[in-house]
Amino acid sequence: MSILVYIEQSEGKVKKTSLEAVSFAEALTSKTNEGEVIALALGSVEDSELALIGIAGASKVLHATDSRLNAGVIQAHASAIAQAFSKIGAKTLVLAKSSLADAVAARLAIKINAGLVSNVIELPNTTSGYKVKRSIFTGKAFAETDLTTDNKILAIKKNSITLKTDGSNAPVEQFEVTLSDDDFASKITATERATGEVLLPEADIVVSGGRGMKGPENWGMLEDLAKTLGAATGCSKPVSDIGWRPHHEHVGQTGVKVAPSLYIAIGISGAIQHLAGVNSSKCIVVINKDPEAPFFKAADYGIVGDAFEVVPKLTEALKAEL
Amino acid sequence: MKILVCITHVPDTTSKIQFTADNTKFDTTGVQFIIGPYDDYALARAVELRDQTGGKLTVLNVGGTETEPTLRKALAIGADEAIRVNSFPKDSFFVANQIAHYAKEGSYDLILMGRESIDFNGGMVHGMVGELLGIPSFSPVMKLDVDGNSVTMAREIEGGKETLEASLPLIAGCQEPIAEWKIPNMRGIMSARTKPLNVVEPISEETQAEVTSYELPPAKGAVKLIDKDNVSELVKLLKNEAKVL
Ligand SMILES: Cc1cc2nc3c(=O)[nH]c(=O)nc-3n(C[C@H](O)[C@H](O)[C@H](O)COP(=O)(O)OP(=O)(O)OC[C@H]3O[C@@H](n4cnc5c(N)ncnc54)[C@H](O)[C@@H]3O)c2cc1C
Ligand SMILES: Nc1ncnc2c1ncn2[C@@H]1O[C@H](COP(=O)(O)O)[C@@H](O)[C@H]1O
Repeated sequence: MSILVYIEQSEGKVKKTSLEAVSFAEALTSKTNEGEVIALALGSVEDSELALIGIAGASKVLHATDSRLNAGVIQAHASAIAQAFSKIGAKTLVLAKSSLADAVAARLAIKINAGLVSNVIELPNTTSGYKVKRSIFTGKAFAETDLTTDNKILAIKKNSITLKTDGSNAPVEQFEVTLSDDDFASKITATERATGEVLLPEADIVVSGGRGMKGPENWGMLEDLAKTLGAATGCSKPVSDIGWRPHHEHVGQTGVKVAPSLYIAIGISGAIQHLAGVNSSKCIVVINKDPEAPFFKAADYGIVGDAFEVVPKLTEALKAEL
Repeated sequence: MKILVCITHVPDTTSKIQFTADNTKFDTTGVQFIIGPYDDYALARAVELRDQTGGKLTVLNVGGTETEPTLRKALAIGADEAIRVNSFPKDSFFVANQIAHYAKEGSYDLILMGRESIDFNGGMVHGMVGELLGIPSFSPVMKLDVDGNSVTMAREIEGGKETLEASLPLIAGCQEPIAEWKIPNMRGIMSARTKPLNVVEPISEETQAEVTSYELPPAKGAVKLIDKDNVSELVKLLKNEAKVL
């Protein structure tokens, strides 16, 4: 039985988290002898990008080139995936958790009559039942969930598996989807997206600033540091509330949940709601002038000091070293 | 316009998460329960829309009797009536079936939910209900305006947002800055006592997933402090010890 993987793309580029989902599915097929991994890419995707899917572990790529699928139209994507799922006779769908994938997966769960587990962090344990470990309470705990349905959907949390880089070239097959007007009942009339920057939910390193930065005019310092590291920039909730930074950069319980290898928090106190969005980071560095700031308790490394003094020095030191 | 807002009854965001000895149940000792923060945004926007266009605003929760104070709070914030589906919310599929059933019965024009619950963080119930009812669903929605039958929304996408046009009926999973959280005033609290809170029974028992055990993450080691005049030490540690550079 094959596993289907939904590939999310943005402007023709395959998302790295989707490649992680491919590697996850590949590891799952080896574990359960489940057959092959077939990936589904929707809309216009560059050939060089499609090639990455095989390297991550897929043995075949289905490509539905209908350009109406370039944008993330929720209903249309759900319909297309359901068609591929039944065409290849899959029982399991794997996808990377994201705001689009969540919305699509939920509709699919009903369409293909599948049990859906989100925020999956490990390969399922199939020795008795089908037990899936997922993160709950915004990373503050884990739950083992027994999935009792025949068809299954697993939405994988970022950084839950090492990306496979030794897969082989996977053939790309055209896939025809039948889409109805209903699938396009809503119209996307405008898209605003920061281009050329590292996207926060995907980033491997995040440089984040809080109210301790005093004002938007001081962000240049954080941007320099981020640029040196190839990092994305984030912020605390009050910072986006007052409009110092755009809303999509707000990290935490009510914002973006990140899971980078390195999270650098500058002038952020470390309120529990902020920590909820960063507690899946591999390594946390805190720079704060108050030694009592709660963030130090959640940090791996800390510097007690004035950000305005420490950050430029850190950028210098990194430039010298990298 | 008839609006339905689905709310969760969840531990306050500052709660310490613990489980009972055998790790099979959430430990509610000393935990304060609140309306889910995202549901609170949905409710706030719904109150504004109801005030703007008239009509009726209903809040619904799938939960036991313990959730009634949370529903009363929603009434105090401005909902006109409440429905409690009398059952422990077993899984997302179970909850979605209940909501779809009572939503159909009430034939609502607009259904607002939170982008995700903060206990199980599924972000799934709105999409499931949308598919069950055969109407469009959108999430995470950060702006929503209604003009007659047409709806304009902004949906957050990674690194930005998109503007959408659709028509009623539809479902939206909401997040900030769709509206400002509303705090109940004295008049609201008084009137909430007499607003209807109807208890109905679940229509199906079907589930798809069952939690078999809970676990807490391993405790974090102590922070390693580096002198502010020696930042190159930090760079070395990140490179050689943490191996993240
Ligand atoms: C339901 C709910 C949900 C929430 N969700 C979120 C969320 O998702 N994300 C989020 O971030 N918050 C969230 N909050 C808000 C949260 O409780 C805190 O208020 C917020 O995180 C504080 O932001 P801050 O650390 O930037 O600001 P502050 O608490 O004001 O902290 C500023 C820090 O900067 C330090 N500082 C000042 N000057 C300097 C300097 N020159 N150099 C170095 N350090 C300096 C100070 O010592 C202080 O620690 C939520 C709150 C609630 C009630
Ligand atoms: N037990 C419940 N009762 C009412 N609404 C719910 C319940 N569970 C989830 N919801 C709604 O569905 C949204 C998404 O929840 P979830 O899919 O669990 O993340 C929540 O923000 C609520 O609006």
